[in-house]
Amino acid sequence: MSALLAVEHLSVAYGRVEAVSDVSLSVAPGEIVTVIGANGAGKSTLLNAAMGLLPARGRVVFDGSDIGSVEAEDRVALGLCLVAEKRELFGAMTVEDNLILGAFRTGRSLAAETLAEVFARFPRLRERRAQLAGTLSGGERQMLAMGRALMSRPRLLMLDEPSLGLAPKVVADIFAIIRDLRATGVAILLVEQNARAALNAADRAYVMELGRIGLEGPASELASDPRIAESYLGLGG
Amino acid sequence: MHRLALPLFAAIVALVPLVPGVSVFWITLLDNIGLASLVVMGLVLLTGVGGMTSFGQAAFCGFAAYTTAVMTAKFGWSPWLSLPVALLVTGLAAVVLGLVTVRLSGHFLPLGTIAWGIALYYAFGKLEILGRHDGISGIPPLSLFGISLVDPRAAYYVIWGAVLGAAILTMNLLDSRTGRAIRALRGGRVAAEAFGIEPARMKLAVFVYAALLAGLSGWLYAHVQRAVNPTPFGVHPGIEYLFMAVAGGAGQVWGAIVGAGLVTFLKDALQRIVPALFGTSAQYETIVFGLLLVVILQVAKDGLWPRIAGLFPSPPPAPVDIAAEPLPGRARATAEPLLEVADIRKTFGGLVAVNDVSLRVKRGEIVALIGPNGAGKSTTFNLITGVLPANGGSISVSGERIDGARPQAIAARGVARTFQHVKLLPEMSVLDNVAIGAHLRGEAGFISGLLRLDRAEERRMLGEAARQIARVGLAEHMHKPAGSLALGQQRIVEIARALCLAPDLLLLDEPAAGLRHFEKAALADLLRQLRAEGVAVLLVEHDMGFVMSLTDHVVVLDFGTRIAEGPPAEIKRNPAVLAAYLGAEA
Amino acid sequence: MDSTILLFLLQDGLTNGAIYALLGLALVLVFAVTRVIFVPQGEFVAYGGLTFALLEAGKLPGTAYMVVAFGAAAFAMELVSRRRELAARLVAREAAFKLGLPLAILFLAKAVVAAQPGAVVNLVLTIAIVAPIGPYLYRVAFQPIADASVLVLLITAVGVHLAMTGIGLVFFGAEGLRAPPISSAVLPVGPIVVTGQNLGIYAITAALIVALYLFFGRTITGKALRATAINRIGARLVGIRLALSGRIAFTLAAVIGAVSGVLIVPMTTLYYDTGFLVGLKGFVAAIIGGLVSYPLTAAAALLVGVVEAFASFHASDWKEVIVFTLLLPVLLIRSWTDPHSDEEE
Repeated sequence: MSALLAVEHLSVAYGRVEAVSDVSLSVAPGEIVTVIGANGAGKSTLLNAAMGLLPARGRVVFDGSDIGSVEAEDRVALGLCLVAEKRELFGAMTVEDNLILGAFRTGRSLAAETLAEVFARFPRLRERRAQLAGTLSGGERQMLAMGRALMSRPRLLMLDEPSLGLAPKVVADIFAIIRDLRATGVAILLVEQNARAALNAADRAYVMELGRIGLEGPASELASDPRIAESYLGLGG
Repeated sequence: MHRLALPLFAAIVALVPLVPGVSVFWITLLDNIGLASLVVMGLVLLTGVGGMTSFGQAAFCGFAAYTTAVMTAKFGWSPWLSLPVALLVTGLAAVVLGLVTVRLSGHFLPLGTIAWGIALYYAFGKLEILGRHDGISGIPPLSLFGISLVDPRAAYYVIWGAVLGAAILTMNLLDSRTGRAIRALRGGRVAAEAFGIEPARMKLAVFVYAALLAGLSGWLYAHVQRAVNPTPFGVHPGIEYLFMAVAGGAGQVWGAIVGAGLVTFLKDALQRIVPALFGTSAQYETIVFGLLLVVILQVAKDGLWPRIAGLFPSPPPAPVDIAAEPLPGRARATAEPLLEVADIRKTFGGLVAVNDVSLRVKRGEIVALIGPNGAGKSTTFNLITGVLPANGGSISVSGERIDGARPQAIAARGVARTFQHVKLLPEMSVLDNVAIGAHLRGEAGFISGLLRLDRAEERRMLGEAARQIARVGLAEHMHKPAGSLALGQQRIVEIARALCLAPDLLLLDEPAAGLRHFEKAALADLLRQLRAEGVAVLLVEHDMGFVMSLTDHVVVLDFGTRIAEGPPAEIKRNPAVLAAYLGAEA
Repeated sequence: MDSTILLFLLQDGLTNGAIYALLGLALVLVFAVTRVIFVPQGEFVAYGGLTFALLEAGKLPGTAYMVVAFGAAAFAMELVSRRRELAARLVAREAAFKLGLPLAILFLAKAVVAAQPGAVVNLVLTIAIVAPIGPYLYRVAFQPIADASVLVLLITAVGVHLAMTGIGLVFFGAEGLRAPPISSAVLPVGPIVVTGQNLGIYAITAALIVALYLFFGRTITGKALRATAINRIGARLVGIRLALSGRIAFTLAAVIGAVSGVLIVPMTTLYYDTGFLVGLKGFVAAIIGGLVSYPLTAAAALLVGVVEAFASFHASDWKEVIVFTLLLPVLLIRSWTDPHSDEEE
């Protein structure tokens, strides 16, 4: 099984401070992979570099070709899409306009069809289609961000902390949708602090600590690994 | 800069006119460079260091130049007598304009300087007493001991004497308590206010100082040119001064001279060379100058001085007297509990970020505030330190209410903090960053900073900073730029800065994030030591191992609400806490 | 002051205000999308007005050659910056847009001048000549430093302004030009007279504002531009190229500038450097709009026009001083009511 996304020896530095050091990971087509770890472990930095928003050393290979010199805007056209931690919505525009802009690179005819699919997946967004994105609740904002990303018909969707700041019920909804998406063939790279939910949804997982990958393996195995609970809650000591 | 650089530069400046072959033409050019350098030096302080972009500096040259023109040409005063008057007029104008300008936020500030810059330019050209568009001519030259300084060579020494004097004063200022406070403005208002700095007052002081340097230049200009008209005091020259500051490297005193030299020289060269090449029918030199401006900014966004300075070895840092006598202490608050937070509430729009949260911290106690991301921990910190106003509830330190007080007043009560997102000045040394923490314990002002009357206090302040840096274990990094340290170490630098305040209450926002195991252990030791000394500590932290082993009491927030509190051992087993942290089973 | 003078001043002010509104909108647009405070906006007014005046006089305007030169510069810049990925297709496409297009415009202009077809064609041709200068300018001067601070972008804009004023002098000479009015109709309304030119200005200004409104509200490109202005990272994440947004914004600014120039050149003699002063008034309006609000900018522009008209009647010497001093309290109020964070630059 060849990887859809392969990150090889990636390092990212802010000034002289390295936030991600020599990280390698891969995502196969149709797979859900999660990167978990505490605050400040470098997870968001990793995703932003993979998307091309941050300059990085090392290689990012997407679908067999090195995309290191491809701008973030053009990675979207290749089928790589990021739902950022801050959602990065267009707050002063309507929900529908946000979604339509999600299909900026796919062409008009496909956009109408995809919009119907996204509305079917997120009925809430259909109800709010004329509302300004800036007035949505936290859960709705996350749905809109995911909906907007799906509008570009990605082959790999990268989600940065989709559960951040959401109530448990909403988190459950979001994760149900993530599992659902796999059925459509979209691969997902999920960065999360909510370790239990992420490990439950994922096929494979990496644990990041201080900018490096510590543990990796099948998500089900890691879920029962005592070292995870330890690093999160310090239950061991 | 090396200690010998200044005398060396002064010697070169003094010798240049004596070199055979240096014609009057070159001396005149150098005179103009010197005049521009004075204005740009003010801009370096204002824009590069203080973060305020002004397009109106040329107008301040105008105030002084016109004042002295009227006093000397119309009323026959001596130029030397009119100097203080010219500076006074400029200073008053700067105070008036500054009171408005420093209160403008974001982009409104530079736009505001454009507005009054243009208005003043037109006003200079309309006023009868200033000779309208023709200006005033027949201004007497400077004279010294009866010798008239008409010769550009004579004026040269006066101008460059002024430039050197201004450079020394400006560097003195940057290297003082006030200078650190000015530099701290760039790191953001919140961090500066947390250590008692008054941003509006600092900004006004810088604004007036920059205006006075421009005024000095304008006064010299009037007596060198011996005629004034509105043209050199408009917004176009104002933009040129800004360009000089950016091209030289905004933020560097020597960059001001480099930038002024480069741009003045280029302009002059273009005015001579381009017409000779292309003919004089059109202003090709403006085209070329405009293009050069575009090109220079494309190739050297940070200006030239950093590149020039990079060619020389950096000088050894000035020694710090770690045994300096401690700064005067503050009367310690004694009433318990030291911090009492009762039912505070904060809403943003419809969102309740902090929902009637209560907590108390006693002397010699470490309390942790924990909870998942977005639980309202940092907001609670901001409420306690006065960064945000609470919508309800009360906050008291030693029984005295502090809710509603300004951050500076809260800092003065011995409350010091660190920030979740590090707020240090990355280019400034660790030592200077930490010394900002001692701001409230010193009192040297602007003038004593300029004139180096603050050395005794400064020695004690830096000594205190060095002691705190050593205490947190970063002594070897003291003279490095703060931005070169690992993120975890930068958090520790923030702790040292907070300790410089000699706090009764220490608020630490995620102090252990990004630290390695042994560094965490060292931090825990430090906090235990502070606890033993009677300091009250409230900390937000995600590393539970760290929290559980160190703290006396834990308060857990989720969605802005307190869901549990108690000793660490109890919190560890609390099912609501476990669900909030590891996430519910999805 | 009797009511006739009052009405006359009001009309005068509104006519100028309409032009200021157009320029103010262009400045807000360019700033929102690219963070450039577009000082050279006025140069497009001069270029447009002078181009139109020359076409009306049956002469080939220098701008027709200028656009070829700007295109060539942009072409060279593009090739240098993308020298590592040069392929025949890329070079051909760039050559078509940056060399072929301006050359076609030049030949078209020559043909039109020979044919003398009238004001409407001349207006369209003026826009065709001046508009491409916008995106070429963006490519050469601003795209390479798109991430720089607002200050650096602003100083660059000043450099561009200086260069463009100088270029204007080279291509147009120091002589002022004036064009015949678009319409010589005269319409008495009560005590005052409304000319066809006045009506033309109101109509075209209104039409342009409606067109912009539809462009931003209805088209995907317009929405992409708004999206770039609202959230640059968000725009990149949906695949909007910032450079493309920048080029479009500059094209619109050039078109608006050119149209404004065509509208005022029958009313006042334009010189190569007149544009700056006209643009400055639009700038005042844009500042009052905080460089973000289109409606506020348009309203402020009308107000600036009226204040200027009354100031020039009562204290003509002091009108600039009055207009720019009145800005300060406005800025103060805006700083208090809309305190955007100055934490991070």
